[in-house]
Amino acid sequence: MSTLIIADHDLGVLSPATARVIHAVAELGPIEVLVLGQDTTAVAAEAAKLAGVTKVIVAHSAGTADGDVQVIETLAPRYTYLVQSAGSVGKDRMPRLAARLDLMPVTDIVGILGPTRFTRPIYAGNALQTVTDNQPQHILTIRASAFRAAAGGNDSPIEAIDVPVISAAKLIAQHRTESNTPDLATAQIVVGGGVALGYSENFKLIEQLAKKLGAAIGATRAAVDAGYAPNDWQVGQTGKIIAPDLYIAIGISGALQHLAGIQGAKKIVAINSDPEAPLVKLADVALIGDLFEIIPQLIAELEKAGVNR
Amino acid sequence: MKILVAIKRVVDHNVRIRVRPDGTGVETSGVRMSMNPFCKHAVEAAVQLSEAGQGDEIVIVSIGPKAANDVILTALAMGAHRGILIETDAELETLAIAKLLAKVVAEESPDLVLLGKQAVDDDSNHVGQMLAALTNRPQATFASVIKLVGQSLEVTREVDSGTETVSIPLPAIVTADLRLNTPRNAALPMVMKARSKPLAVRPAAEFGVGLAPRLIIEKISPPAERMAGKTVGSTSELAAYIASEISQMEAL
Ligand SMILES: Cc1cc2nc3c(=O)[nH]c(=O)nc-3n(C[C@H](O)[C@H](O)[C@H](O)COP(=O)(O)OP(=O)(O)OC[C@H]3O[C@@H](n4cnc5c(N)ncnc54)[C@H](O)[C@@H]3O)c2cc1C
Ligand SMILES: Nc1ncnc2c1ncn2[C@@H]1O[C@H](COP(=O)(O)O)[C@@H](O)[C@H]1O
Repeated sequence: MSTLIIADHDLGVLSPATARVIHAVAELGPIEVLVLGQDTTAVAAEAAKLAGVTKVIVAHSAGTADGDVQVIETLAPRYTYLVQSAGSVGKDRMPRLAARLDLMPVTDIVGILGPTRFTRPIYAGNALQTVTDNQPQHILTIRASAFRAAAGGNDSPIEAIDVPVISAAKLIAQHRTESNTPDLATAQIVVGGGVALGYSENFKLIEQLAKKLGAAIGATRAAVDAGYAPNDWQVGQTGKIIAPDLYIAIGISGALQHLAGIQGAKKIVAINSDPEAPLVKLADVALIGDLFEIIPQLIAELEKAGVNR
Repeated sequence: MKILVAIKRVVDHNVRIRVRPDGTGVETSGVRMSMNPFCKHAVEAAVQLSEAGQGDEIVIVSIGPKAANDVILTALAMGAHRGILIETDAELETLAIAKLLAKVVAEESPDLVLLGKQAVDDDSNHVGQMLAALTNRPQATFASVIKLVGQSLEVTREVDSGTETVSIPLPAIVTADLRLNTPRNAALPMVMKARSKPLAVRPAAEFGVGLAPRLIIEKISPPAERMAGKTVGSTSELAAYIASEISQMEAL
């Protein structure tokens, strides 16, 4: 019974999601990590340090689903579990891998109840499914936000392999959002902004508050659609799933699809002019009023209280 | 370019669903059903490609009960040409859906198959990727822009780090994200016309595909309820709350 975890990484840095996935499945058996990509030396070294990892395998890939799946498929017979985080890469590859192996995957796992029993949300998190998977092999994606991270301090061996792949798809461009805020999916504090901000210059208010709190920045679909925030800030059913200790939702109504992304938040603060907004009803603490007055005051008050992260 | 679009009938996305108290599932009787929102964007993309002279016939396929006819009619009213209902009352797993769709792809040989990126009932986000595997075609999931360039598509995808653009040769599989376009509401004459477009109904059993579920759904339960909160009266009270939360967090 062993597990292969496919690492998530970007710009030569291992994603914090991978350490959480490792911790989540640690009980299921010994773990090997596969790092797919180009220039992954630093990523592999990071992965080798994580507790529970017995080996890191490095393979070249062009970053397309059809190519990556060919690599994973050649390694697959050795493992009982094939696992990745439920980020955009895992969502893209793992169902393709599953169909290649004639397996039904279990995805977006938020709870591991035993070797073959899992819980996953459906209907935008308004219901939870308890699933038993008695297939001979298990293809899983894990919601990293629902689990804690594996510790460091390990020193597992790194092995490079060479699997020739023929990919029909070609990656021709990447457009990144430049930002030095923490990773949204695993951040401890998130400040979220809605369409009420009005225009993208005003989103800077959210960014100022986030900076003060050392927080990641989230946005609603409406704010992204309006061009106030980049698509990778979207939180919700169609965006990222977050589970911070503190979520501060500003000018956000709390549509079902947005709530789907924040159910794991420990504490929720809402700032909204409408006392009847669903998010105000749901929040642990709400302040009713105009965000354009409240945010600058709040930043000043936090300053006074000596908050600086 | 011949286009096949797969669409699913689901509980309308505005309905607040209720979990049955006995844990057997989500209450769907008497609940408003409609086309999965992501599938609407897929249909709209097909119609726009046709209108730009880049698409020829648009075939719609849906797998589900007889009532799924209504979402096929909606797609035909939006501008698709022909529909196929693969009829079953069983709740099929995504792998079985993908296998049925692969049979339709083998019969119809479309250059492009468009799907939604996920169905908002089971939130699986599987079928497009699985269909791509089963038909051995390249895939571009979570599309926000689709451009035909010669015999290839250039697709911009929404990913965790921002967006990326991939080039995939036809025939290919693309799944639609919500920012791909704005789906049209069909005008009444188009709705009337849709009724006269061909719509074939075929039983799922006819396709010779193994449809038995692989997973056992033990139960469906409601999510944990949150504790009721409070409203504070001033920004300074809010700042004090946030400061105390942060110091608790840092103490851990
Ligand atoms: C299939 C599907 C998937 C979706 N996925 C997502 C998703 O992943 N994430 C997501 O967020 N949405 C998603 N949506 C959209 C969702 O339904 C809502 O439309 C969206 O979340 C609303 O965004 P909002 O709260 O910014 O805007 P609104 O609903 O317009 O709310 C604005 C809020 O701001 C308040 N406000 C206005 N002015 C001020 C002021 N001056 N000061 C303080 N408060 C003010 C208002 O009272 C209101 O509550 C999805 C929709 C569909 C159909
Ligand atoms: N029963 C179905 N009939 C037709 N298409 C489907 C069906 N189920 C899923 N699909 C397609 O696959 C997409 C992704 O669904 P899913 O993988 O279930 O989240 C949907 O948006 C549809 O395009």
